[in-house]
Amino acid sequence: MSSGHIGHVSPIRTYILIWAALMVGTILTVAASMVDFPGPMNAVVALAIATVKATLVVLFFMHVKYISYKVNIIVIVSAIFWLLLLLGMVSIDYVGRAFS
Amino acid sequence: MSTSETAGSHDLALRHQFVDSEQQRDASSMGMWLFLVTEVMFFGGMFTAYLIYRHANPAAFMAGSLALSVQYGAFNTVVLIGSSLTMALGVRCAQLGQRKALVGWLIATILLGATFLGVKAVEYTEKWENHHVPGPTFNFDTTKEPSTKDHPEAQAPSKSVEMYFSLYFAMTGMHALHMIIGIGLMSVLAWLSWKGMFGRDYYAPIEYAGLYWHFVDLVWIYLFPLLYLIGRRHNF
Amino acid sequence: MATAAAPAGSNYLTNGSSVASWLLTKDHKRIALLYLLSVTFFFFIGGVFALLIRLELLTPQGDLLQADTYNKVFTMHGQIMVFFFLIPVVPAVLGNFLVPLMIGAKDLAFPRINLLSWYLYIVAGILMLWTLALGGVDTGWTFYTPLSSQFSRTNVVLAAVAIFINGFSSIFTGLNFIVTIHRMRAPGMTWSRLPLFVWAHYATSVIMVLGTPVVAITLLLVAFERLLHLGIFDPALGGDPLLFQHLFWFYSHPAVYIMILPSMGIISELIACFSRKRIFGYSAVALSSIGIAVIGFLVWAHHMFVAGISVYAALVFSFLTYFVGVPSAIKVFNWTATMYKGAVTLTTPMIYAIGFLGLFTIGGLTGLFLAAIGLDVHVTDTYFVVAHFHYVMVGGVVMGYLGGIHFWWPKITGRMYPEFWGKLAAMLGFVGFNLTFFPQFIVGYLGMPRRYWMYAPEFQVWNVLSTAGATVLAVGYLMPLIYLGWSLRYGEKVGDNPWGAVGLEWMTSSPPPTENFLEIPVVTWEAYDYEHIKEVPVVY
Repeated sequence: MSSGHIGHVSPIRTYILIWAALMVGTILTVAASMVDFPGPMNAVVALAIATVKATLVVLFFMHVKYISYKVNIIVIVSAIFWLLLLLGMVSIDYVGRAFS
Repeated sequence: MSTSETAGSHDLALRHQFVDSEQQRDASSMGMWLFLVTEVMFFGGMFTAYLIYRHANPAAFMAGSLALSVQYGAFNTVVLIGSSLTMALGVRCAQLGQRKALVGWLIATILLGATFLGVKAVEYTEKWENHHVPGPTFNFDTTKEPSTKDHPEAQAPSKSVEMYFSLYFAMTGMHALHMIIGIGLMSVLAWLSWKGMFGRDYYAPIEYAGLYWHFVDLVWIYLFPLLYLIGRRHNF
Repeated sequence: MATAAAPAGSNYLTNGSSVASWLLTKDHKRIALLYLLSVTFFFFIGGVFALLIRLELLTPQGDLLQADTYNKVFTMHGQIMVFFFLIPVVPAVLGNFLVPLMIGAKDLAFPRINLLSWYLYIVAGILMLWTLALGGVDTGWTFYTPLSSQFSRTNVVLAAVAIFINGFSSIFTGLNFIVTIHRMRAPGMTWSRLPLFVWAHYATSVIMVLGTPVVAITLLLVAFERLLHLGIFDPALGGDPLLFQHLFWFYSHPAVYIMILPSMGIISELIACFSRKRIFGYSAVALSSIGIAVIGFLVWAHHMFVAGISVYAALVFSFLTYFVGVPSAIKVFNWTATMYKGAVTLTTPMIYAIGFLGLFTIGGLTGLFLAAIGLDVHVTDTYFVVAHFHYVMVGGVVMGYLGGIHFWWPKITGRMYPEFWGKLAAMLGFVGFNLTFFPQFIVGYLGMPRRYWMYAPEFQVWNVLSTAGATVLAVGYLMPLIYLGWSLRYGEKVGDNPWGAVGLEWMTSSPPPTENFLEIPVVTWEAYDYEHIKEVPVVY
């Protein structure tokens, strides 16, 4: 049996690039908050940028791109699914009340 | 009890219940990810409250957002992203068995985390002085507050703005608590790393503490736009 | 490994007898016994409150208890029974003991977290007892705001913290099971060969991990509101009491599946063993556990039909609630089909299992009544609801649990319980249960509201019947405590597999050795293969 196991080791360059992308995302989201987008688009843009940033963190900093035990991907997806389920199913009531 | 201590393997890092180290690694990483799932749902309850109340009271949420300092929030975002980088580099050093560099990156992570909390403390203090902390002393008159008096879209009853700040303190407070726990964790790990507990063969605690740290960063990546930014232009 | 084998006759019970060898144990079997003791303790605390409720309701007037005390009594009954008995009882006791044995593992994946989970339970339990000592809580077990956040003058924060901590105990149990079932199965123990007990625990664990954190943060927010004036649910700030209910029931409805699913797992084992047949529709029963866990998350707002949610949402949730009946019905039909033309023996565990079938069916079908919005409006907050959920939680969960305890008692202790007393207790429990709760369906349908210490005189006859039944039920529950305790010393020593059952847990000695199996078993047979396995293969 092999003792110890080295997971995927990313080059330092990858981490620096991801960090730079996250910084760009932060600047973009602050800049976007100073622009008047129509309707709900300010929120949509901000959340889209946040989701891109979050995805980068999960894939590269948290090594999910190289994850060795694939079942964990189901675990992660189910977390996102259940979070959306909570938000969505509660919203049904509040959206419904707006129509009543 | 002696049988359970010695049975299994000569590999000291392998616990007796596992057949081999691959099984142990898969199991512990899955355990960590499941723990993060519970964290997602834990914060999820507050995000739900945010979603519902923001739609019920857009003007109050605009007023509250305008009263926050984007400078502080953006600075802290940069600090936290930086700490995620130092953490990731720390895990990398652990993987490569670079003891001193590992300790260095962990200390850097701790310092950045502490900087974040320091800025948060300054923000909280300002909120307290401005009577923006929910409770009997809370007072937020949108017609007089310098941040909102010129925004017709941000006019709301003081009580409604208090709801915004209740959520603000609950969400950032629980986030800060996770930061404090993270810093405690990192301090212990930095000490153990210095003593040479981790190497190429055994660095799982560093890796999982890293996952936790990145998760806390993730929460902030959403909290920053939701609390500081998206209410600034429109009360939608 | 064979060299590490302890001398013949050594097992997990004899492996160390000091207090520390129990309180610091990482052996899942010993932790299960620690849970057994503590859960039983809280069951009887909760039971005392139940008897107080029934005694007060013997007469229409408020003579034994006054309103405030009565509010506290039913609240403490609910909180202790739900959070400290029903949720942990099967997973933390039988699940803890059996899941590693059934899949051929040496222990759970995280033995230290398993022990931590028990300690968290104990800390939470002590806080709960402290709450009791300070006078209890009067909000109902549901902590509805703004009563809990603003108006109650009782120890809501302490109780909320107790349940918060207990939630982590539950989360750690679930997390441990999921990882164990995924990654610790013995060679050949594929998913399609897993005992249905393990499938049920897997589904339960999913709910524990995904649901519990939501109720944890919700109760924490209530505590914040009381302590720090963070008015998340404060109507004066525009806070919505219904939002609390949404968040609370997002966990607390699936929580009833945390309670019932493991019991359903037990029933699958009992019915297969005592019908000497493979479970009819194995995959359907296995997947229906997962189905219940998933659909169970989509139905919670049926607790709020009259609370002011939108009629559109009510329609959606009503519709989805009917759906959760499908996997439950699949299970009941398949169990019945398994017994059909089986060689049924009416041992004590089987009597409990058959009792479960009847009671759970009544509890489940009345659940469909309540899913119908029109009917629900009529019976909301009446004893009809009380009877419905007791049929599921007591008639279902406790019957299954007691059946399981009897079935695996020789596995756990190496000794047999006295069969005569076992049968008597099972039948007394069944009769007492129906006598207690069936009248409540009727009196609830007639309009008697729940949670009142007084009631209209015309309801008295039903309440007298119910209280009489509660007395019989109490005897039915006390008897196992006595004869199981007796059997620890005087029970007949039986072999490793007195039932001739085919689960992996029966293929090691009884009681099992600390490492469960002296050699890791290799599974080459299907689950419940009673038709083909005449001789149970012995792997130790």
